[in-house]
Amino acid sequence: MSGSGVARFNPAYALVGPALGLIAAFFFLPVAAAFLLSLTDFDLYALADPANLRLIGARNYVALLRDPLFWVALRNTLYFVVVAGPLSIAVSLAAALLVTPAAVRLKGLFRTLFFLPVVTSLVAVAVVWRYLYHPRFGLLNYALGLIRLGPFDWLGDPQLAMPAIIAMAVWKNFGFNMVIFMAGIQSIPERLYEAASIDGAGAWQQFWRVTVPMLAPTFFFVGVMTLIGNFQLFAEPYVMTQGGPAHSTLSLVLYMYEEGFRWWSLGYAAALAFVLFGLIVAVTLLTRVRGRQARDGAVTVGATP
Amino acid sequence: MTRLGALVHYPLALWIPLALAGCAGGAAPPHEVRFWAMGREGEVVQQLMPTFEARHPGVRVRVQQVPWSAAHEKLLTAFVGNAMPDVFQLGSTWVPEFHAIGALAPLDTRLDGPTPAQLDDYFGGILDANRIAGGIYGIPWYVDTRVLFYRTDLLAQAGFAAPPADWAAWTASMAAVQHLVGSGRYAMLLPVREWQPLVILALQSGATLLRDGDRYGDFQSAAFRTAFAFYLDIFRRGLAPVEAEGQIANLYQDFAAGFFAFYISGPWNLGEFAARLPADMAGRWSTAPMPAPTGDGPGISVAGGASLALSPGARDPDTAWQLVEYLSEPATQVSFYRLTGDLPARRSAWDDPALADNSHARAFWTQLQHLQSPPKIPEWERVAGKIADYADAAVRGDLTLDAALAALDRDVDALLEKRRWLLARRAAPPPDAGHPAGS
Repeated sequence: MSGSGVARFNPAYALVGPALGLIAAFFFLPVAAAFLLSLTDFDLYALADPANLRLIGARNYVALLRDPLFWVALRNTLYFVVVAGPLSIAVSLAAALLVTPAAVRLKGLFRTLFFLPVVTSLVAVAVVWRYLYHPRFGLLNYALGLIRLGPFDWLGDPQLAMPAIIAMAVWKNFGFNMVIFMAGIQSIPERLYEAASIDGAGAWQQFWRVTVPMLAPTFFFVGVMTLIGNFQLFAEPYVMTQGGPAHSTLSLVLYMYEEGFRWWSLGYAAALAFVLFGLIVAVTLLTRVRGRQARDGAVTVGATP
Repeated sequence: MTRLGALVHYPLALWIPLALAGCAGGAAPPHEVRFWAMGREGEVVQQLMPTFEARHPGVRVRVQQVPWSAAHEKLLTAFVGNAMPDVFQLGSTWVPEFHAIGALAPLDTRLDGPTPAQLDDYFGGILDANRIAGGIYGIPWYVDTRVLFYRTDLLAQAGFAAPPADWAAWTASMAAVQHLVGSGRYAMLLPVREWQPLVILALQSGATLLRDGDRYGDFQSAAFRTAFAFYLDIFRRGLAPVEAEGQIANLYQDFAAGFFAFYISGPWNLGEFAARLPADMAGRWSTAPMPAPTGDGPGISVAGGASLALSPGARDPDTAWQLVEYLSEPATQVSFYRLTGDLPARRSAWDDPALADNSHARAFWTQLQHLQSPPKIPEWERVAGKIADYADAAVRGDLTLDAALAALDRDVDALLEKRRWLLARRAAPPPDAGHPAGS
């Protein structure tokens, strides 16, 4: 009897209890509160007097689907995710390959320089980049002018504003993924390369047949993290363009911020937050399935030679 | 990632200040007036404070400068967090919104005090912007409206000695200037996404913009349609480039180079044009009141500017009010004009030679007698944003005039849904629900 009583109280619960409590208080509770908020029309009037609050069910969500600006923001966000994500991963991997080999001189210096943008304040970076992008005094247009191109109004032209934001965001963030790729590359056993070179594989073949397959788990981690981060694009357009010109850099989070904190339509903004949350969860799950397939594939590829 | 965490947490961040609202505030020393002023005004108003502090020994004014771009959010957040300053500057179109949430103290009893006649000295249109349901909630600090800036030399070359007084003359002079300057240059600069020019034209045609006690959009009305057609026509005939504010590389250079001859703008450009245009441009540009649809004008322009307001929770409302009175004195208004170039809201301040002798300011003096406020509802800024959106779409040819107006009405009706519900409920209060007083 007493034995089963002891067995019933698993000490593990006591150990995870505090952490679970904290997560509940600071994650699940706010999420639940936000969900309830999304079912109301909380706005400026409700701020003045709670009696002005109405429970409106799914009407925020219906309104969202009919809101052309929501679709614009979604399109812009997907544009950013689809272009900036792969680009950022490619740049990170290239940088990691450049600074990992033992033969490279001043490795520490280059690593630090590449990582520096990650730890720099985005607002400061954005101010500097705004100068670089300046249509008349910008360094970028000056450089392009030397080869008889331009001038381009990088942040003022609806066609160019998003590419300009993407370039800045990739530059700002590639250092973080680079460090993770470096760790991944260093953990690849040297003997695999030795075996590959004995089999007559050149550098190019070694990269595709050894490095890339062995980095599959790293790719998965970096990919998911970048994806989630990119869906939450906010600070770059907020500081650089305020969503303009012609809404061409309005992201979902920026739209949510404007609805919520500029206009105080918190109910609507909360609905937007939940749609974005659902979107990120769905896409992440999708990547997980694909990631598993890729990993299984990687094992077979790795095992063949 | 952390950014996701930050997102889902902000509803909590909202509730905490609400919960703490009761216990916050009250730590500053007595007789300190906390004053929030925006942008350039916030920068220089500090220089006016020593005089006030000398007159009121023991009183210290703490000026907090808030950038315009964040001012609206900061004031609302301060209101939610019960951290409002005692005196603050606010855009005159924000008055209805801050009144709706109860963030403005009524000023009528204070105005009935020692100087009852003082209100007559303000420009009527701008004072009206601060009046909600018969009560005054803000004191106009400086005024802002739009007039026509134009190149006198180009207009003269095109055969017009005087600026246009009505729309027909305006159209004719624009066409003549366009003929004169040829392609690649324009008669007029009308930045798309600026709602003010279109709203001015609409108010001039007698459009009310909203109908049924500001419950619905009224953009398919004949009056608004006339104004919108006139506005679109300027672009359709190639008299103005389809450019947004941000795309214009350098307004002053372009104006000097004759890229455009007409421009609808506000008082800040009096100083900017004088300072930034090349020296040989002096005497080649001037200002004129807005043309009227018919007759000899001047037409109506839109009332704007900034007001000074008192927070209902001001710790020492009497001293706070003294600060507002001090800033409203004609002498202080003139000093303020010299510091900022902001036009005084009081007529008597205009007797000062600094303004009376400024020929370019005359157009503003005339225009300020002919002002109208846009609809005074809390949702106005959002409505104005929608007007800009659909005007932009119609100018770029993405929507026809009819489709744009129909969509505008639909969107604005949706925006005003809550307002309709509140008005209906106020008209017929439910028997059980009491009306709990706000905090």
